[in-house]
Amino acid sequence: MKQIMDGNEAVALAAKLARVKVISAYPITPQTTVVEKLADYVSNGELDAEFMKVESEHSAMSACIGAAATGVRAFTATSSQGLMLMSEMLYVAAGLRLPIVMTNANRSISAPLSIWCDQQDSMTVRDSGWIQLYCENNQEILDTTIQAFRISEELLLPVMVCYDGYILSHTLEPVDCPDQADVDAFLPRYNYPYALDPEKPVSIGAVGVPEYYMEFRYLLQKAVQESKAKIVEIDREFKRRYGRGYGILEKYQSDDAEVVILTMGSLSCSCKDIVDSLRQRGEKVGLVKLKSFRPFPTEEIIEALGRAKAVAVVEKDISLGYAGGLFIDTAAAFVNTGKAPLMINFICGLAGRDVTSAHLKQAIRETQKAAETGKVEKKIRWLGLQEKLVEE
Amino acid sequence: MKLKPGAVITEPGSSERYETGGWRTFRPHIDDSKCTGCGICWLFCPEAAITKDKPPKVDLRYCKGCGICANECPVKAIIMMEEGRK
Amino acid sequence: MKEISDVELIAPGHRACAGCACVLSLRHALKALGKNVIISQATGCMEVTTTPYPETAWRVPWIHVAFENAAAVASGVSRALKILGKTHIKSVAIAGDGGTADIGLQALSGAMERWEDMLYICYDNEAYMNTGIQRSGATPFGAWTTTTPVGKTKRGEDRPKKDIPAIMIAHGTPYVATASVAYPLDFVKKVKKAAAIRGPTYVHVHAPCVPGWRIDSSKSIEVARLAVLTGAWILYEHEGGKTTVTFKPAKRRPVAEYLKLQGRFRHLTEEEIKEIQKMVDEQCRRLGIE
Repeated sequence: MKQIMDGNEAVALAAKLARVKVISAYPITPQTTVVEKLADYVSNGELDAEFMKVESEHSAMSACIGAAATGVRAFTATSSQGLMLMSEMLYVAAGLRLPIVMTNANRSISAPLSIWCDQQDSMTVRDSGWIQLYCENNQEILDTTIQAFRISEELLLPVMVCYDGYILSHTLEPVDCPDQADVDAFLPRYNYPYALDPEKPVSIGAVGVPEYYMEFRYLLQKAVQESKAKIVEIDREFKRRYGRGYGILEKYQSDDAEVVILTMGSLSCSCKDIVDSLRQRGEKVGLVKLKSFRPFPTEEIIEALGRAKAVAVVEKDISLGYAGGLFIDTAAAFVNTGKAPLMINFICGLAGRDVTSAHLKQAIRETQKAAETGKVEKKIRWLGLQEKLVEE
Repeated sequence: MKLKPGAVITEPGSSERYETGGWRTFRPHIDDSKCTGCGICWLFCPEAAITKDKPPKVDLRYCKGCGICANECPVKAIIMMEEGRK
Repeated sequence: MKEISDVELIAPGHRACAGCACVLSLRHALKALGKNVIISQATGCMEVTTTPYPETAWRVPWIHVAFENAAAVASGVSRALKILGKTHIKSVAIAGDGGTADIGLQALSGAMERWEDMLYICYDNEAYMNTGIQRSGATPFGAWTTTTPVGKTKRGEDRPKKDIPAIMIAHGTPYVATASVAYPLDFVKKVKKAAAIRGPTYVHVHAPCVPGWRIDSSKSIEVARLAVLTGAWILYEHEGGKTTVTFKPAKRRPVAEYLKLQGRFRHLTEEEIKEIQKMVDEQCRRLGIE
């Protein structure tokens, strides 16, 4: 049944449909209404769950860990500074191989303080061992969050669903909502095989002595990398049931494109518009929308981008001192393949700065020029920067 | 040995495999005639390496030789003797 | 002695120091609690010495997550137990003074304020012992630690001990108790009482550290006893809005008898000992101990 809702409502609804049992979350702009909506659901009896009024995001994830390890489905949501405060626990949750789902409303990182959208927050924790899935619109948020519970529980890996703060979290869109019976059929009961239980006492969180730590890290790396197959499989089943699927990445008119944009999140939507308008003029431009950032799908990326002459990696984050994270990881995928297209990194949209069609066209023009000349003058470019303010 | 996901340990009390008795330089020596069977040594042993019997038996696999039992015994029935001495 | 269970829920073979009073206090606590618990433990001596992979000394379900969040993890465990209808199982958080008084205080405060159904046990050896004897908020005035060393400009810890049980009382926690490893019957009774209450409860057990306090391994219980007999550490319980001292020394001994057994106080002058005596006298007066 189609309903109008914003991204945060889609998150709350997904958590409700997934019958989460422990919600332990701390409010932070622009995620706040997720927490408020869930509090409402619990308080008026629509969702039978424990709503924990934790006193910080660090405790939010800690409580999720305790609950998940004891044997119930746990959920949290955060953003930006909250994600940063929680970050110690992210690595622990992954290292302990606990199935936990978290949604992150992508928001800029302090300092300077900013509540507006960019992807620096989730980008910066990409090393943590969490599966990271990005969403283009509110429908995808709902669908991905539901899928995330299945993915995390079948793989014993925590999953982070990322979506743009304000741009999606606070924007109303029509969303087709599955009903409870549908989701019950799709999501089996929570089952963590090593649940804390006096009848079968286990010790979770031992000291990873040097004799074994490396092997555990290897196994975790393997698990995250190989999760790709399961993500695809679950998405396929979801598509069979609901008619909507997303895959690991989406290729939009990119197969024969000379210039391809690579991006994640809501920008994909704007880029699709630009691609449409340029294609109408006969220009061979395409888009690759990356959904699964971790595991990073090296083969699929090489296949999707390898035939292009030049790629514009457009992202809302920067790994300070180097380049954007998506650009860095994509470039690494092509090492040793001999197939690397020219690549330009376009940093844009930080702290919610509007990424206009003019900006995207500019990015495409520069990338087309590189494709023609075979040369990239400047590898890292900032779109929408007020040059005058930063002139020396 | 199979590594379980997340380094979970599924065998409770498996630390028993490690015999801390090797740490000892002194071991408790009990004077059976003095012991009253009060159980205080059992109560205060951090390793649970001495029994509540009268006289108590010391589990030398784990006794670290800390000397608490000797120090706490109300009738001084336990003295700590250097390992290797008879 | 009959009130204390024979069951050993902590196996030997753990790597705690010879004479460790902290592991002894946990041994006692588990005798009070029995097997129907889930322990959420903070990083610290008692965590690292009991779980070097692949070995564990724990014979009850146990989880360690990080240093500062034992109370938050135990909160999550408690909620999960409630959902699963496992009302016979108690969620118990265990942390040292480090993971409680300092880095762990936020999570503890949050859990108490939320009225989580859990017992929090703090084993207090008065410094960050696991990392090599650095001061904590619970380090008493005058004590040497590696971060409050004794030298030309400083003479050990210059701040008094942070009163965590008082902070718990201020949260309205229904049952708050102090205990000592040297008084196990009192401790076991308090843990049993605390565990039986539905709601947040807190027990703080004083337990010496052999290397950290610079004492002989055989003396750790004796030193703990002297803390109580001199009034340096007072055993009480607070419930129903009232605080009751559960052990009053017949004739309170001078605190010097307690201090002189410990190398960490070796540097104290007579003046400094007098200052400590005044602080001890004041805390005793407040609790009605002569």
